[in-house]
Amino acid sequence: MPLLRIDDIHLAFGGVKAINGVSIDVGRGRIHAIIGPNGAGKTSIFNCISCVYRPQQGTVTFQDRKITGMIPHRIARLGIARTFQNIALFHHMTVLDNLMLGRHLFLKRGFLSGGIFLGPARKEEIENRKIVEDIIDFLEIEKIRKKPVGTLPYGLRKRVELGRALSLRPRLLLLDEPMAGMNLEEKEDMARFILDINEEWGVTILLIEHDLGVVMDISHRVSVLDFGVKISEGEPGEVASDPHVIRAYIGEDDDFLRKLEAR
Amino acid sequence: MHYCGDFRTTYRKDMEIFQTPFIKVCMAVFLVFLLVLPVLKLKGEYLLKGAYLWILLQILIASIGAVGINILTGYTGQISLGQGAFLGVGAYTSAYITAKLGLSFWVGIPAAGLVTAMAGMVFGIPSLRLKGLYLAIATLASQFILEWIFLRWESVTGGSYGITIPRPSIAGYTFSTDRSYYYIVLAVAIVMILFAANLMRTRTGRAFMAVRDHYISAEIMGINLFKYRLLSFGISSFYAGVAGALFGHSLKYVSSEQFNIGVSIVYLAMIIIGGLGSIIGSIFGAVFMILLPKLLSVVTEAVAADYANIAKLAISFEHGIFGLIIILFLIFEPDGLAHRWKMVKAYWKLYPFSY
Repeated sequence: MPLLRIDDIHLAFGGVKAINGVSIDVGRGRIHAIIGPNGAGKTSIFNCISCVYRPQQGTVTFQDRKITGMIPHRIARLGIARTFQNIALFHHMTVLDNLMLGRHLFLKRGFLSGGIFLGPARKEEIENRKIVEDIIDFLEIEKIRKKPVGTLPYGLRKRVELGRALSLRPRLLLLDEPMAGMNLEEKEDMARFILDINEEWGVTILLIEHDLGVVMDISHRVSVLDFGVKISEGEPGEVASDPHVIRAYIGEDDDFLRKLEAR
Repeated sequence: MHYCGDFRTTYRKDMEIFQTPFIKVCMAVFLVFLLVLPVLKLKGEYLLKGAYLWILLQILIASIGAVGINILTGYTGQISLGQGAFLGVGAYTSAYITAKLGLSFWVGIPAAGLVTAMAGMVFGIPSLRLKGLYLAIATLASQFILEWIFLRWESVTGGSYGITIPRPSIAGYTFSTDRSYYYIVLAVAIVMILFAANLMRTRTGRAFMAVRDHYISAEIMGINLFKYRLLSFGISSFYAGVAGALFGHSLKYVSSEQFNIGVSIVYLAMIIIGGLGSIIGSIFGAVFMILLPKLLSVVTEAVAADYANIAKLAISFEHGIFGLIIILFLIFEPDGLAHRWKMVKAYWKLYPFSY
């Protein structure tokens, strides 16, 4: 049984069909990539998984449990964390606070205890601070831990956002274009982090990425989307040689794709 | 930024509010100063005259109220134009409990906080759907609804006559003078401000700030928006209620015009000038907004005494200058006094070898 099963989901905004019957199985412990041209419905799939959108048809199942239609804040509790395409950090909070916020679900003390601070709330803060500091070490962001996120350069923000998702200690990590807008060095760092998270921490990763070089190098399995439909899936090598995929990317005439577009 | 040689070796040490021994000493000295200031005498007369003591008292009360609205507006990002009315709810609650039911002040103050927290949460329900300016208008409605209730629910509020209320007492001793009442207010203010500072650096405060900065990703991180928006209204209103009750007992009289829309705007101005999302900023803002008009009136009265022919003009200019100073402040220090305070501290940390 796969960790995450997306089963024939349909999502439309008025007349625009964003997702038109997509099924994807994400195996436990894999790095699974979703690629496709702009507007193919990749981010919409993420939003269906994290319940920001509710598909009109079809289901998403995580660990044998149907999650479609749940309230978004319940999803984190199941062990699903994500990052966003346009960084969605808490800009006025420090890096440390952003990561500590990721521990929100694991902290149990209410506001009365927090206001008194001494005793249980402080103990809990320190315990979770240790966990967060491990992540800070791992991502090599020690020097900026007390800086407000809004003052950081783009590449570091992406890294902090990854850290915030990690501090949830997820089973499934959704990464929406983790390499977008990065230079080569930053991309290599990020690829290394993703591999380490997967191999050392055993986190299953579902990622959307436009940099095909990276995708082909690090993922175990790739799904290709176009016009809200899955046009190909398989090992990176298989997908790269699939004529439909090549045409979707290069834009040559293809009857199959034209039919998709016409729907 | 730390001092050279200021190494923290435990997380516990790193989490303290007052981090260096120097600051701890400063805070202790400041506390002693606040404690002895009202009783200091010079040649048989109080150093702090009655009128000045009154200002200090009002600053303390306003600090509690400003911290309250900062929790809601500064930390959770929900603009509130109803703070004045929430102060009123607290004042009337305590007035009703002490004057009409004849119960103790020590019941009245917490009850004022709790009743106002309830009222705040009820009026905060629109915040689940409304944001920004739309929420501001919804809270403006709560201001008018509550003012109307203050005036019309005569059996409880005394209508336009208001209610006369007593000062607190313990075991036969009544805190009838401003000087003795000051100590009660000081104690309540210190406890509540420290509570707020602690709250804002732990789980609940971080959740508030997350809701402010990016509510969608806060929700994805597992924060229940419904719960935290209402909780913010509740805690903020609790502070407003206690501040309002203390204010009522300081005047020994409560009536509806003390809690009009103007008060709400003054409180909003306090946190904007002091610094949104900063506890110390709330206190700075309260000091600024209470002290500045008094200082201006001292100046204009002095001018009026010396130059009788422009006396009327000088006094009417007072409000204009008040407005002007606030505008200049917002232009030159849009991040508030708390930010300026940070800059000053950073400057002295590196002095004289600034980069």
